This record gives sequence, C-alpha cells and structure tokens, in this order.
Amino acid sequence: MSHADDHEGTRRDFLYYATGGAAVVATGAAVWPLVNQMNPSADVQALSSIRVDVADVAVGTQITVKYLGKPVFIRRRTQGEIDAARDVDVASLIDPTAQNPNLDGIEPATDVNRTLPMPGAEGDAAEEWLVMIGVCTHLGCVPIGDGAGDFGGWFCPCHGSHYDTAGRIRKGPAPENLHIPVAEFVDDSTIKLG
Amino acid sequence: MAGIPHDHYEPRTNGERWLNRRLPVVALMYDTLMLPTPRNLNWMWIWGIVLTFCLALQIITGIVLAMHYTPHIDYAFASVEHIMRDVNGGHFLRYLHSNGASLFFVAVYLHIFRGLYYGSYKAPREITWIIGMLIYLCMMGTAFMGYVLPWGQMSFWGATVITGLFGAIPFVGEPIQTWLLGGPAVDNATLNRFFSLHYLLPFVIAALVAVHIWAFHTTGNNNPTGVEVRRTSKTEAEKDTVPFWPYFVMKDLFALAVILVVFFAIVGFMPNYLGHPDNYIEANSLSTPSHIVPEWYFLPFYAILRAFTADVWVVIAASWITGGIIDAKFFGVLAMFGAIAVMALAPWLDTSSVRSGRYRPMFKWWFALLCLDFIILMWAGAMPAEGIYAIISLIAAAYWFVYFLIILPLLGVIEKPLLPPATIEDDFNAHYDAQTGGTHTIVKPAE
Repeated sequence: MSHADDHEGTRRDFLYYATGGAAVVATGAAVWPLVNQMNPSADVQALSSIRVDVADVAVGTQITVKYLGKPVFIRRRTQGEIDAARDVDVASLIDPTAQNPNLDGIEPATDVNRTLPMPGAEGDAAEEWLVMIGVCTHLGCVPIGDGAGDFGGWFCPCHGSHYDTAGRIRKGPAPENLHIPVAEFVDDSTIKLG
Repeated sequence: MAGIPHDHYEPRTNGERWLNRRLPVVALMYDTLMLPTPRNLNWMWIWGIVLTFCLALQIITGIVLAMHYTPHIDYAFASVEHIMRDVNGGHFLRYLHSNGASLFFVAVYLHIFRGLYYGSYKAPREITWIIGMLIYLCMMGTAFMGYVLPWGQMSFWGATVITGLFGAIPFVGEPIQTWLLGGPAVDNATLNRFFSLHYLLPFVIAALVAVHIWAFHTTGNNNPTGVEVRRTSKTEAEKDTVPFWPYFVMKDLFALAVILVVFFAIVGFMPNYLGHPDNYIEANSLSTPSHIVPEWYFLPFYAILRAFTADVWVVIAASWITGGIIDAKFFGVLAMFGAIAVMALAPWLDTSSVRSGRYRPMFKWWFALLCLDFIILMWAGAMPAEGIYAIISLIAAAYWFVYFLIILPLLGVIEKPLLPPATIEDDFNAHYDAQTGGTHTIVKPAE
C-alpha cells in the first residue's frame, strides 16, 4: 500500500473511483425511467392541439371549451364591449402587459393586442374575437362570464377579482390579466388552440 | 444496548431454546413489551397507542375499500357512491376511514404538543423527534392524496390549489408541477398516481413508526418531570419504572376505549360533520366551488400559507433582496413548510437545561400562547382570506415563528427554572403519599 506522503494514485485507488463512478451512472440510469414515467404520456401530449368550430357563436355570446384540462373562453364581443375595452388607459391597468404568447415579446395590454384577429378582418371586426384561458390568475378558480363583475367582463367568485371586457384585471387580488393561449384562425370558422 | 437495566427473556423449555438460537423473535417481543417505563407517566402519554391503533385502522379499512374503488376519472366518483350504497357495510367502512383520518390527526397534534411541553424532543431524543416529524409529513401527504380519490369538487380543486404550490417555486416550478400531475392540469394521470401513493405511504409510515419506537426504547420514555430514569443499577431503575406490560398496556387500552366511544358516536351519528358537502358533487374542471377549504387538520398551515400577502413588509423585503425571485406566492409556500421545519428544529432551538415545562415558570405561559395560537390559526384558515381575518392570520403565523426562533432560544438564557425532583421515584411518592398516607404501596394487579 502507498504511504501517507505518497500522493500518486495507485491502481487500487483508480479501481475504487472507476467502480464508484460506474455505480453512480448505473443507479442514475436505473432511476431515470422511474422518474420520467411520471411526465405527461404520449396520449396526453397528443391533446396539446385542438380545433374548435366557432361558426355558431353569435355576437354577444361565448363558448367554453376544455383545452389541456383547463377551460378556454371564446367570446364574440359586441361593439359596446369593444368600445369599452378600447377606452381604457393601458398605463392605469394593474397588469399593463398583454399576456398574449401569439405576439412577439411583451406588448402593452391594448384591446387589439388582447384579441384574436380573423384573417382578412379589419377595423372593429378584427377585435371581435377574444380567446382566453378561463383560470383566474389569483388562485386558479374559474371566473363567471357573460358580463359579470363591475367592468362587464368576468368575475371570480372565490376572492372577488373583476376582469373587464378584454379580460384584463381591474379590481381584486389577482395579479395578472387572464392569460391568452397559443391560438390562431385556420379558416373563417375554426380556431386552432395550441 | 445501552438501555435501562431490566430482566431479559430466558428461554425455559427445549422448544423455546431451539427457536431462540435460530430466531430470537420471542426475546424481541419480550424486551419490547417489558420495557421499563417511568411510573409517573400521565394521561398525555396515551396518544402513542391511539396513533398505532389509527394506523392499523386506516390500513385495514383502506385495503378493503380499495377492493371496491376504481381510480379512473370516469368511475372514481361512481365507485365511491357504489361503496356507499351497494357494498355490504361499505358506507360504514368508508366513514370509519374518513373519520379515522380525523382521529389520527387529533391524536398526532396532542402527541406533538405533549412532546413540546414536556421537552420530549431534547437530548437524547432528537432522533425520535425528527422521525416523528417525518411521520407527520407522510401523514399529511397520505391524507391529502386520499382526499383527492373520491373525485368530488373539493378533491379536484384542493388538488389543483395544493399542486399549484409547487408551481410557485422559481424557475423549476412549472416542470415540477407538470411532472407531479402527469399533464398540464389535474386529470386521470394525477388520480391514478395519487391512488398508488396513497396505498404506498401508510406502509412507509409503519416502517418509520418501528424506527420511532426503536429510538425511544433505546433512550427510554420521557416523563412529566423530564428527569431520566436512574440506570446505575437494576434496583434503582426498578424504583423509577414499572414494566410496560401489563401496567401501561392496560392504562392505554382503557384510554383507547374511552376515545373510541366518542369516535364511534361520530362515525355512527354525524359521519359527515367534519367533511364538506361540495365533495358529494362530482369533480368539474370547468366550475370552481365558491369557497375552497382544506380538511380541518390542514387549516393551521393553510392559514400560514395565505397569511403572507404581497403587502407584508417581510415579503416585500424578501422580494427586494432576491431581486423578485421570491414573490408573495412562493414566500407563502416557504412559510408553510418553514412552520413545520422550525418545529422539527426545536431540539436545537431550545437552550434551556431543564427538560420539562412543569419546572419552567415563564415557558409555561409562552407555550400556552402557542396552543392558543394553533387554535386561532385553525379557525382563521377556515375563514375567507380578507379583512380582519387576514390580519389575525398574519399575527398568529408570526407568533408561530417567533415562538420557535426567538422565544425558545432566549428563554433558556433569561428564565430561572424551578428545581425538578431528584428522581422519578420522589415525584411518584410525592404524588401518591397524599393518597396512601405515606405507605408508598400501590395496588398491584392480581398475580
């Protein structure tokens, strides 16, 4: 065996470290599948994109679809709702960001940045469709829609958060505007989520 | 083993000797049951038996319930109703299981606060205390996942809110939450794994209980005086102790019988008193109940979770120091787990040289306040998180931390404790002389 002042590694030291290293790698390789099996399975991931037919949605009504286990609100807004949302000073909002992943970067929460334009639509018609994830940004409850709350948009009954007609937080404990999912119109009557 | 000196098992017959040489299982049981136990234990020392009973009750009723339950989102709610209506005696088994969880937590809280008052966590029992805290954490995990299984509205939204806590962890929170749930939201994958783990964890608890018992059988029980059993000789040890069997087994079983009278009255006549009506509505991911409340035994820690909102100065300071990484939501999560962590660290935070609270005049008052604080937190956790309730929650949550982090270390320095009795025997005689006129005789069971 080597002496205490002999700092050169012996063959035995090398074998210790090599065996230890192999054991660590083997253990990690054995454990990883056991951990990874808990991640979303293929069938769950396959549902990460759905198409919604919105041909029957009349002005002033909304539908709720389930997407990735969460409700998504799709509302076709009236002219009054669009005007009300446009009249708000963005700088005065609790959350002045659009929370819209369909835009590049972080944009201000103007009405046009919150809505989903139908292809070819211009002016008021381009701001008709509002698509949002229906999960309150406070503690995850589902807000009530159809003009509920002090601002004619949505109201969360759990802790009293009020959202306006563009789904922006105006009053109450929620910190952010209702989030917008990745979405686009694939034709005049179909919205693709995800 | 450096235990208290006492008689050991001696195999008498040839058969016993044959077995003992090969597997000393009788010796193990004998030494476990005949453990010398301080003779002055009071009624707060019965909760261990109650807890052992609860664990057995939950495992046995749980195994039979699992024979009728289906862990699938389309069938779970219906299978629970099937248990309630169609399975022979199923409603009673399920009520035993759901109320059994409540009895389990009643007993564990009294057991923990017993330990906190009599200094049972202090050297040399730190390991027993830490193992106990691990058991408590496992109990909370098991109870939470069990509550999700009926797939009612409270199950679903409770699971959403609690797993959302992990989403509050900076940077890695969202992948962890997805990994826990097996998808973007609570769904079939979540229900299935919760069932698997709900079935597994009680057996982990059983193993930890064995280690817990092993640890305090090595150190010996604490007792109301906090004075150690004399170990210098067997004669002296016998003056301080009596064997666990039959003395304390009988006492504990009597206490258990009294408690079970109350328990069965609740199971039989008011089985849903501690539950929420919302959980008899099937889970609906598109509609939230208006008021989400956890089960009563989680309320104190739920109150701590909600107490630290963005306008509290410590939260603002933490956010500023970390550059916004710790926000109010994450701070709440840290506070909730921290509340249990500071309790687990009590052996090192308590600096007093006197073990039992009975001889600590100042400690007594702060401890009484801690008990009151726990009840206030439980009440505040059930109230909406606004107005006066938010302020009360915050003050009560702050006291919890102040007690463990400031009062316990300081009291050891500034308090002048009373003198504990020299031996357990002295304490016992002082108590019973008043009843026996100084003869020191206690009635022994018929032999």
